[in-house]
Amino acid sequence: MLRAVWLIVRKDLTVEVRSRELAYTTLFFALSCVLVFAFSLVQEGRAAEGVGAGVLWMTIMFAGNLALGRTFERERQSETLRALMLVPAPRPAVYLGKLAGIVLLLALTEAILVPLVALLFQAELLAHPFWLVGIVVTGTLGFAAVGTLFAAMLVRARSRDVLLPVLLYPITVPVIIAGVRGTMAIAQPDFEVEVVRFWFLLLVAFDVVFITLALWTFEPVMTD
Amino acid sequence: MPKWFSPAVLVCGAMFALSPLVIANAPYESTMGLVQKVFYYHMPSAWVFLTASVVCGIASARFLATGNARHDRTALAAAEMAVLFGLLTLVTGPLWARKAWGQWWIWDARITSSLVGWMIAWAYLILRQYGGPGSEKLAAGLALFGMANVPFIYVSVNYWRTIHPATTVVPKLPFSMGFPLMFCLASFYLLMFLLMKLRVRVAEQQARLDAIYLSLDEEA
Repeated sequence: MLRAVWLIVRKDLTVEVRSRELAYTTLFFALSCVLVFAFSLVQEGRAAEGVGAGVLWMTIMFAGNLALGRTFERERQSETLRALMLVPAPRPAVYLGKLAGIVLLLALTEAILVPLVALLFQAELLAHPFWLVGIVVTGTLGFAAVGTLFAAMLVRARSRDVLLPVLLYPITVPVIIAGVRGTMAIAQPDFEVEVVRFWFLLLVAFDVVFITLALWTFEPVMTD
Repeated sequence: MPKWFSPAVLVCGAMFALSPLVIANAPYESTMGLVQKVFYYHMPSAWVFLTASVVCGIASARFLATGNARHDRTALAAAEMAVLFGLLTLVTGPLWARKAWGQWWIWDARITSSLVGWMIAWAYLILRQYGGPGSEKLAAGLALFGMANVPFIYVSVNYWRTIHPATTVVPKLPFSMGFPLMFCLASFYLLMFLLMKLRVRVAEQQARLDAIYLSLDEEA
């Protein structure tokens, strides 16, 4: 099982290292988002207070949506999805492999995104780096857990490009609330550890519930 | 349709025709006056909306587990009910809130989760409509996720502040207000039941028609 997961992650990474398509497009799209937000939210050289956290999470969700759609579109175009489904490994392993690939890609994007948002929006995001990593990683994991399942389900559906955000955003509302609130609490001058811990634990619970559910549903929805 | 269906439709129609009279006879609430009467339609639609969402989630889970198309038809009918009565809830709520709280919309836990739940039910229908063949399984997955999501939305929004009246208000209502409420509640539930019955029936006929077309194709 773990070996199958690793092999799928390695396959995605090899494809990515050779083409760099997803990494470049996702990163560039994220930068464009930040730019658009900066033009609309920064006034007289200063961003409104607490805006940085919102910008960070909106960008993660927009860029994540793009990356999710693309990673499965690639499998569909090259007809490798069928091969992936024929892999002699349990279906949940395929899901976990894909999920790990997406999380790695988003983590890479976030590594550049977080300092950039902190800089452009004068947000003290890096004041408590451990908590920030905790919130960002659990939030990204929850978003990607739901997103990977939906993107995989939609591969064979019509108008999948439009349907992915339509389905994904309402379901991931708790991630954006907890992500934004948790990040805002970190950036606040009077740091309250209880608040951050609450949002962190909520995200952990969300991750556990939705990864479990996705593992259970992946098999029936991906079988014809 | 079963024999009792047409009489039941008549009863339901009569109850809805009577409901304005029953509501008009209920006493005025002391602070909100006339606007409070929206409540007699607001709460029943909200309850029906919630019931329909739960039915949709459970039917979807059973469809995923068993693959029986009967559960899928129930889920579809329930999702349509959820969208319809959810819309009623979301329209009547602000009418009341404007008077009671001085604001059209408040990001309270119950209101926000209703909005998101309604959006998920709608997304379910969009997926079934435009997703193409095989979308019923995907929609069932969505319904299941939507159901699991409700507590998370509730807790996360609740961590701000909640001002929506608690459900504990209802048992304490005086009879003069409680009776119209129960009357409307019964009317709404009857309406939901009849509409669902009808919708499941349409879906069944469609499935049978499709099966006939398929068998004709095979013979030709």
